[in-house]
Parts: sequence; structure tokens; C-alpha cells
Amino acid sequence: MATAKLSPELRKSLDELALTPDEYQLILDKMGRDLTYLELGLFGSLWSEHCGYKHSKPLLRLFPTKHRRVLQGPGENAGVVRITPKYSICMKVESHNHPSAIEPYQGAATGVGGIVRDVFTMGARPIALLNSLRFGPLTEPRNKHLFRGVVSGISGYGNCIGVPDVGGEVQFASVYSGNPLVNAMCVGLIEGDTIIQGKAAGPGNPIMLVGADTGRDGIHGASGLASRTFEDDRELRPTVQIGNPFLEKVLIEACLELAKTGHIVGMQDLGAAGLSSSVAECAYRAGTGIDIDVALVPRRAEGMTAYDVMLSESQERMLVIVKKGHEKDVNKIFDKWDLHSDIIGRVTDDKMVRIRNNGKVEAEIPAHLLVDAPQYRLKGIPPANLKTIQNRNLNNLPVPNNLNDVLLKLLAAPNIASKRSIYRQYDHQVQDNTVVPPGRGDAAILRLKGTRKGIALKTDGNGRYCFLDPYAGGAIAVAEAARNVACTGATPIAITDGLNFGNPDKPDVYWQLEECIKGMSAACKALGVPVISGNVSLYNESRGEPIYPTPIVGALGLIDDVSTAASSAFRQAGDDVYLIGPDTPELAGSEYLELIHGMVAGKPSISLAMEKRVQRFIIAAIKRKLVHSSHDCSDGGIAVALAESAILSNIGFSGAWSSKNRKDIELFGEGQSRILISASPSDAEKLKALAKSSRVPLRKLGITGGNRFHIGTRVDLPLNRLVSSYETGLQQALA
Amino acid sequence: MRFGVIVFPGTWSDVDCFHVLEKVYRQPVEYIWHKDKDLSNFDCVILPGGFSYGDYLRCGAIARFSPVMDSVKSFADKGKLVYGICNGFQILCEAGLLPGALRRNADLQFHCEWVNLRTETTDTPFTGNAKKGQVLRVPISHGEGNYYASPSELKRLRDRSGVVFSYSTADGKLTSDANPNGSIENIAGIRNERGNVMGMMPHPERCCESIIGGKDGKVIFNSIIKSIASRPQKRKAS
Repeated sequence: MATAKLSPELRKSLDELALTPDEYQLILDKMGRDLTYLELGLFGSLWSEHCGYKHSKPLLRLFPTKHRRVLQGPGENAGVVRITPKYSICMKVESHNHPSAIEPYQGAATGVGGIVRDVFTMGARPIALLNSLRFGPLTEPRNKHLFRGVVSGISGYGNCIGVPDVGGEVQFASVYSGNPLVNAMCVGLIEGDTIIQGKAAGPGNPIMLVGADTGRDGIHGASGLASRTFEDDRELRPTVQIGNPFLEKVLIEACLELAKTGHIVGMQDLGAAGLSSSVAECAYRAGTGIDIDVALVPRRAEGMTAYDVMLSESQERMLVIVKKGHEKDVNKIFDKWDLHSDIIGRVTDDKMVRIRNNGKVEAEIPAHLLVDAPQYRLKGIPPANLKTIQNRNLNNLPVPNNLNDVLLKLLAAPNIASKRSIYRQYDHQVQDNTVVPPGRGDAAILRLKGTRKGIALKTDGNGRYCFLDPYAGGAIAVAEAARNVACTGATPIAITDGLNFGNPDKPDVYWQLEECIKGMSAACKALGVPVISGNVSLYNESRGEPIYPTPIVGALGLIDDVSTAASSAFRQAGDDVYLIGPDTPELAGSEYLELIHGMVAGKPSISLAMEKRVQRFIIAAIKRKLVHSSHDCSDGGIAVALAESAILSNIGFSGAWSSKNRKDIELFGEGQSRILISASPSDAEKLKALAKSSRVPLRKLGITGGNRFHIGTRVDLPLNRLVSSYETGLQQALA
Repeated sequence: MRFGVIVFPGTWSDVDCFHVLEKVYRQPVEYIWHKDKDLSNFDCVILPGGFSYGDYLRCGAIARFSPVMDSVKSFADKGKLVYGICNGFQILCEAGLLPGALRRNADLQFHCEWVNLRTETTDTPFTGNAKKGQVLRVPISHGEGNYYASPSELKRLRDRSGVVFSYSTADGKLTSDANPNGSIENIAGIRNERGNVMGMMPHPERCCESIIGGKDGKVIFNSIIKSIASRPQKRKAS
């Protein structure tokens, strides 16, 4: 392959688009001719990492995606699973990391807007939002600013559109300084099984652009912002889009009204790379071509070129492929909601993406060339120092004298402390379905009106574990999200994922990506949950160093009777408290190890066979009403899990148990497949029998009651001191 | 037909109000599009929560110019029941059907949480089933619920039992800790002098079923239904 001579201007353009000279040459070879400026822009956008999944696509094929429930797997705007004969759930996670780093409010707000569009595009009514956030330590003023801005952005957008924000999680670590992670998940409900796809089927059918006018905002968002690392943020600010949640709300109603009619053949939101990617993908999916004229696109700025119009990432826009002859019916629906609906072109049968400007053709590219970006399968290499970090000897760390203080410190740590000050800013009740709101259970529960059934939702991920062992960490991310869902009594049935990594051109980052995906796939297979959709965000780096590999898992569970859902709060005094699962706490990657000893080290592990048995046990125990509370034992270990169940219920705990482990490891060590439950003493025999037949270890830790929190001779505190540390920890860190 | 639920662009509690009336109460209920003008079919019109017109400019400032609002005024003039919840309360204030205004919450943050409301008067069609001083547990969900009225308006409200609900502790004390948004004198809901128009920031339509957290909102809907049923000029429900 000959490499073209590149002029300085062309080099600059390629750099703006994040295309390499080799990729440029490949395009020239495939096209067999020179490119127009617009064509270069189209390739740059669609071949960006963000749209083209160049590094991740070959690896994503490892995910199990098939299951009898799956109606739509990865590849569409969002995935769909059937939950009852009448209802299906549509869901997806999306990241908006780099925009949020530059402009946290709008970055987060438009992240919510984008993922909501992905869901209602499919004809699903958005019924829940969740999020996963990562920031640098709140000791740095910039991180505080980013944190406050992101939370306000999610609140400002989500509250306005009337979709409850029912769950989320946030963690802080220095690797995210300046490169926060903002992953938003949207869940939609589909009645029946009519899924609207992003397909430009039927040559001759008109293509309509509906919603907002097109401006210059967000040009190069997909290529320049989302697909590379960045140092100086100032000049990138115009690449961040501005959200209009009111318009989104109106667009939801109009599009869902439209989806119920027979007037359309497809619908596609305009997200990353705007009109470019949506027309190309719609044509490609349907095996058709598309012929549009940018002169027909309504604009909000003067003097926009065809390039500007095609690459604009103005928000709240949708592409609608209308059945020929039904144009007026479609106009009528959008007119009712005071929205534009303009025909900008037609579906063709020549498989070309043809872009005109006032009739003159400015770009003409076979759709498959745009959508089939080159794929890179690299050879990953583990980070050079990883073995040393994994093998560090943690046995000779000093055991702190005062374990009461350690517990209070852990409860006040921003990673563990109550997130009430955050979720209080999100409307988590609108739509009247929220049975278990944020902060009450290991997962949120929504009812399905008119049935006894409900769904459980949870986002989860642990970058520290993935950094220490990406394979085990990936498996743990899936297992823990599924376990959280199981802890409410729901059966996990599907996941969506958000993969956040550093620069994949670095062999150690590529290795992390590959190992994480393999670990996640192994857990999905072991637990029988398919991956139905997902998102990849690469090039996340802070001060030249990659972030922790951070896969986020959004888990969906199904519960037959929402009234049986278990909360993580103790229910009453006098109940027995048990730990379900193996007696294998570890210091590896634990919150305790970092907070108290300042170390991120060790090698976390999981047994997926045990995980499966533990989840089956807890689901069965809750269904048989043997359990009064159920809480995943995770960050901060047994002591923190016990404390959280006590704090939430304002019921004390007293216990003592023997252990072969060192005191601090026993109390604060973290280990997988462990669940804390409380139950009536009268059900003790039934529980033991169920544990035995499920082949899961069960041991009694103590009993609930009183106003103290007491573990043997090691921890003894009044409950209100625990409450105060837990409730004020995050606000104090933000002060 | 008894109940009408107005839908402005950006309204979202319309569906919840409709759900409660239709599924919990089996009452006849219809949506009213904001461009419609005919309210002759209704006994009670609800202006639900949401962000009408995105709450751009000021909450409710644009919605009050919607075509339906002229009809809502004459509907109220006839003594029919008009009930504004959250954004609906803000619209009623902007439209001049209720006194005062709603400002941004004192801490400048959106609040979604459960609060306690003390019932200040039972002499309204909206609280007839409550006991005076009864404390109801109801969720709020707003960024601009900080009620303000001028000293003269406040005096009129006080003198004529215009305050219907106040933010209180669980045992009915009006403390500043119990006030989630900085509202003057802990005011959460008010009525007009005739008593047929009420507005409140909290959301009773979110607490009519125990499975989603509580049933105290039923006190209000029970009161409205009873009041309509006992009106002499009522037409037969369809």
C-alpha cells in the first residue's frame, strides 16, 4: 500500500478527525479516487473509535448474546429482552466521559439525553435511568467542580423529561482525576413485541428529520473528542453539545405516538457523528442506499456548510423513515407537538450514501465502506509491574489497634458513605412504579403496572479489581451486578455494559480490554445472562496515565411478586443474622487496604460456580419468604455490610463468631459471592436445609436489636455514631 | 365525566394522576390537551406536575398563556374544582388564580424526598376527609418550590384560612428542619378565597398505593371525590 503524500492542511484535517495516514490511504484505495472534503469528514466520523469500534469489535464478539428471551441483541440502538408474554424491556448504557470532563453539566445532561433517545427510538417508553460515575478524589477542587456539575446535569436533564433516576453508583480514585467517567443507562418498556429498528428500508420511502434545528454544536464530537486522549480542554469546548430536555420530552411523546401507528418503517436517533452516522447506519442495516440534500435540513446557524450539517451533533434530533404516502399523517403528529418534520431525502436501492447540497452531489460513498471501519486486533501485553503489585505481601501489614475507628472511617469514605445527597437531587418516583428506591436495597425495583411482577435494576463496576486482575475483575463486575439484583429476590436475565478504558494502542491497555471482556463473558456464560447492548469508551487517561480498566455492568432482573422484594435494611429486632457464601475474605483491592494502608495491591478472585449457587440460594430463600433482609457483602467487607443494614433500619446488631482469619481481614476484607441476610429464628432450620441442598456455606454472625453495633471484643459503637459517619461522609468530603 | 387532567408540553405527572384516578379510584377521567378549550364536561380539573415548556423563563410563566388557561379561569369562576400539583401550582400562581410565587429552593438543589404535611384547614373540598392538624406523609419532587407571598398576601392567607398544608415534623411541628425548600412560614399548599382552587408542591398522586411507599395521598383524592359527589348541581357520572 502506497502512502499518499499529505499536505500540511490535510494532515491537520486528518488529525482533527483522528484518522491515521494509513487509514486515509486505505480509504483512497477502497474508493479508487480522491475524496471531497465532506467525504473525508464522513469517513473520519464513522471510522472513529466511538462510531466504528475499531479496537473493540473483534473482542465484543466474545460476549454471549443469545438467549430465548432476547428479541434484539447488540448492533441496534439498544437491546431488547422479553420479560412476560405482554412486555419487553429495552436497555443500554452509554458513556459521556470526555464531554463531561470539559463541561460537566452539559456533558452529563446530553449523556442522559442520548441514551434516552437510544431507547425510545426502539419504540420503548423510557421508565428508568441509572448511572455509574467515577471521579478523582474530592480533595482536589477540580474534581469537586466536575462532581457537582455532573450530578446537576443528570438532575437537570432527567428530572425535566419525567423518567425516574432509580439507581447508580459512584467511586472516587486518583486515576480518574480530570477524566471522570459518566455512564448513563436507560431502561424502556415495550408493550407487545413491536420493535422499531433503525432501518432505511423500502426504496422510494421518504426520510424525515424531526426535532431540533441543526447548529454547529458538537462537530467532531465523535472523532475529535471521544476517540482520543486530550490534554488542553479549552479549544474542545465547542465540541460539547448543549441539551434541551424540554424538547427531548416532547420528542419522546411524539415519537412514541408515531411508533404505535403504521406510518413508519424505521427510526434512528442522531447521536455521535450526527446525521452522518445515522443515515449511513440506517442504509447499511437495511441493505439500501440513501440520498439526502443538506439544503433541506432546518438550521439554527447561518452559513453552515454541508460538512457542518453532516457532522453537527446538535441534540434532540431523530431520523424517521416514513412509508411512502404517509408523510402527511406523520407531519400531523409532529405538528401537534409543535415539532418540525422535514423530508430531507429518500431511500434508494443502490446501497450508496449520497449527500447533496442544493442538488449538487458532494459525497457519494458505498454505505458498507462507511460502516465497516477497519478492525484492529492487537497483541496485548500485561503491564510490566502488575505481577509485583499482585504478589505484594499483605500478611505483614500492621493490624490497627482501634477497629472502631477503622469502621467509622470506612463508613465515612466517599466510596462507601450514603449517596443520599446525590439521589435526592434525582426524581426517582415519577411514573408511580418505584417499589424499592435508591438507598434502600441492593438494586432498584420497579413494578409492572397491572401485574404482580417487577424488574430489578443495578449498575456496578469495580475499577480497582479490574486494574489488579482484569479477567477476574471483569467476571466480578458481572457477578456483583447480578448478585445485587438477586439480593432483592429477582432473577438476573440480561446485562448491558459500558466499557471504559485507556488508549488501546498501548499494549497493556489493550490487554486489559481483552482480559476484562473475557472475564465478563465467562461470568455471563456461567450465570446464564446474555449481553444485549453496550458501549465502548476508550482513550480515557488522566495525566498521561490510563484510568483503571472500568467496565460498568447494568443488570436487569425479573421478580414474580414485587411485594416479596427484599431490602438491605434489617426488618426487626431479634432476627438471626447469617453470612451466606465462602469464608474467603481478601485484602486484595479492598477499600480497607487503600483507605487505611494506602495500597492498591493483591489479586482478587472469584469462583463462578459458587457465585451461581449463592445467587440461586438467595432467590429461592426470598421467594419462600425465609429472609427479612438481604445485602451483598462488598466494599468494606462484613463489618460495613452489617453496619449498612443496621444504619438503614436504625436497628442495632450484636454478634460474635470465630474465624481463622486475621481480625482486620475478617471484618474488612472483601470476597465474592457473600451475602448478609437476616431471618426469623423460627426459620433457622429451613434456611439451613436450603443452604445445604443449595451447597452454599451459611454461618450465623449474631442477632439484630438494640441501639449499639457490637462485634465480639473488636467493635462496639453506639448506632447513632455509625449513622452520623455514614450520612455525612460524602457531604463533608464535598465541603 | 368528572376528572380532567391537563397536558401541557413538558407535563409528566399527567400519567400518574390519570393512573390513580382510573386504576385506584375507578373514576371517569380524561386528558385535556393544552390547546383544548372546552371544559364543560368536567367537575374537577387537575394541573399536574412536570416542566411545562421546560420551565424556561420561569416555572409556569409560559404555560399560563396556553389556550386552555382562559377556560380554566372561567371554570374556576363557576366554582368548579381546580387542583394544581407541583408545576400545576406554579402555573396557577403565574396565572393569578392563587396568590404568591414559587422561587428556587433555598439550597438551590432539586429535592426528591418524602416530607410531612400538617393539614391546616379541613374546610376545603380537597381536605374535607382529613382531620385538622393531621400529618400526611407525601413526596416532593421540585427545584422551585420555595413559596413566597408578600406581607399583605400572607396576612390575607392567614386571616382566611388560605394555607391548606404546611411542611412539618412527623408530630406536626413547623420547624425549619422540616422545611425542605425555604418556603415562607413552611407553606406547602394554599387555596383561593372561594376555596375551589388549590395548589400544592407535594405529589399526592405518588402515594395512593402502599406498594410504592404510602397511601396518605388518598386523603386528598377521597376528599375531592366526596365533595363532587355531594354537590347539588352535579351531573350523573358517565
